[in-house]
Amino acid sequence: VSQATASPGRIAGPDLRRLVRALVPFLSLIVILGAIFWIQPRSMSAFGLDLLLRLVVPLAFATLAQLCVMTVNDLDLSIGMFIGVTSGISATLLVQQPVLGVLALAGCVVVYGALGALIHLRNLPSIVVTLGMSFVWLGVAITLLPSPGGEAPQWLRSFMSMKLDIPSPIIMLVVIALVAHIGLMWSPYGAVLRGVGGNSRAVRRAGWSLLKAKVTMYTLAGLCGVLAGMTLLGLSGAADARAGDRYTLLSIAAVILGGGEFVGGRVSPIGAVVGATTIWLAANSLLSVLKLPPEWQIGAIGVILIAVLALRWLVGRLGRAS
Amino acid sequence: MSSLALGLRRILAKPWVWAYIAAAGAWLATVVFTSGQAGPGLATAALKFASFSTLVAIGQMFVITLGPGNIDLSIPSTMVLAGTVAIRVMDGDPNVIPIGLVLTILVGLAVGTFNFSLIRLLSIPPIIATLSSQFIILSLAIVLNRGLRIKPPDILGDFPGSLVPVLGFPVLAILVIALAIVMHVVLHRTVYGRSVTAIGQSERAAHLAGLRVQRVRFTAYLASAVLAATAGLLLASFSGGTALDMGDPYLLTSIAVVVIGGTSVAGGEGNVPGLWGAALFLFLLSAMLDTFGVGEGVKQIMTGLIVILVIVVASFRKAPAS
Repeated sequence: VSQATASPGRIAGPDLRRLVRALVPFLSLIVILGAIFWIQPRSMSAFGLDLLLRLVVPLAFATLAQLCVMTVNDLDLSIGMFIGVTSGISATLLVQQPVLGVLALAGCVVVYGALGALIHLRNLPSIVVTLGMSFVWLGVAITLLPSPGGEAPQWLRSFMSMKLDIPSPIIMLVVIALVAHIGLMWSPYGAVLRGVGGNSRAVRRAGWSLLKAKVTMYTLAGLCGVLAGMTLLGLSGAADARAGDRYTLLSIAAVILGGGEFVGGRVSPIGAVVGATTIWLAANSLLSVLKLPPEWQIGAIGVILIAVLALRWLVGRLGRAS
Repeated sequence: MSSLALGLRRILAKPWVWAYIAAAGAWLATVVFTSGQAGPGLATAALKFASFSTLVAIGQMFVITLGPGNIDLSIPSTMVLAGTVAIRVMDGDPNVIPIGLVLTILVGLAVGTFNFSLIRLLSIPPIIATLSSQFIILSLAIVLNRGLRIKPPDILGDFPGSLVPVLGFPVLAILVIALAIVMHVVLHRTVYGRSVTAIGQSERAAHLAGLRVQRVRFTAYLASAVLAATAGLLLASFSGGTALDMGDPYLLTSIAVVVIGGTSVAGGEGNVPGLWGAALFLFLLSAMLDTFGVGEGVKQIMTGLIVILVIVVASFRKAPAS
């Protein structure tokens, strides 16, 4: 550290490091996509990409939900179970009684916002509250759908299987990433929201309500959770109470892979969507085109996670040394 | 009279008392509901099953007490790997039991070392490090397990369920209670335990005070993994072989037990007696809801709401002091 302060690149250093750091998620994605294309050249077509990236859309929403919560230095261990609930509601109530279905989904989002308020007002550890909520959501999902079933609304299914010149998942992912990026990184209030994670005291002194910020972020997380559940349902056609299970840990990993940090309000929505794509491709497509035995596939996710984080650590070190 | 009231108030002010009161309440409610039939049998079952969760929770408690961000998500997969390796090597032969026990400990030490080297060498946040390693450990377990359910040697298989002859008290519970007492003394009366608490309160202050911060952290992660491995072997023996999903419930349980037991999630304040109370409570709560005949969904919802309720109540209890 002392060397860095003495070096002439002192002003340019942090900017360069930030840039390189921001490039790591893209680099990881390119490597993984390249590997898939190399082994399976046929996937390098509109149809192939459509298949590859389809299921990334729900994970991207789940990751953005996690990112909202992580921006204010919290962690959401319930998002996966919540997705089980929202896809369950969309497969049952939303089809049978659309008005009631919309109200139920809105109610879920309100509950999320209320959790943000509770966590802020009582200064509770988010890990524990959301851990408790993961039981609650699972219970709700099981009650709603004791066995996998229900049916995706027709409009949702046709929306998710839309055929365009450019594969529709790519358009969706780009739009999702841009909207989130503009909202959180460019808008003035987005800066305030990130500031809550960075230095909440300063934000409060400047006259902003911390309560409002936390409720906003949790509400947005709930909204992303609803969208994740709906898109997942649109792709799978039927709902399963436990369908979202793996999204909790994958979403945390995706935010981190995308350059986000647990504290400090340092997040990157575009990076997170790229991270979600990377981890999904790594965990599913790459491992199956590599013809890896299924028992090693789970382990390979761990190896890839560690490899990307090691790369980031290396970049951080090189940046500091230069 | 007043000294009695004062004494009572002092006891009630202990964070762990409530877990025991709640456990007793759940037990009583079940006994009343079954008109006294379930009493002794239920207590014995609760002690047996709570032994497993307390065992893993002791390790999780040490890790969580290290301070914000410290958590061990690899507990379930460590349990499965240790159970798989040990039971497979023993292959039902009672003479090989010592080797199986040694291997269990070695698995724990290896996992703990791997986890901490990720945390330390690559500066990966513990939650992501143990999340990644968890995938790798589980993969190893799946490869070694091959879906075969090998029976444990009879002596080992009978051990976790055995009772002390006259008293009818589970032997395993006695051992885990003894371990809890030792760990309580370690946490509060030894330099090591005080170091864990000090690091949890302020890592920087602990470092400046000359504590070997990283060495203490390392041993906490080692302890967590070794205890998880031991619990895995015991659970596998108890259930007649290793099941790949046998560890799954213990991730949330270990965290919930630590939190309900009065340990601060922000670190710096561990609590051992509460672990037993909380483990008993969680088992008895689920037993109570079972006898009431509620569905699986309602059971999950109630469990989640109670975890949240406990943390909210705890926040009110702490409030006047600050």
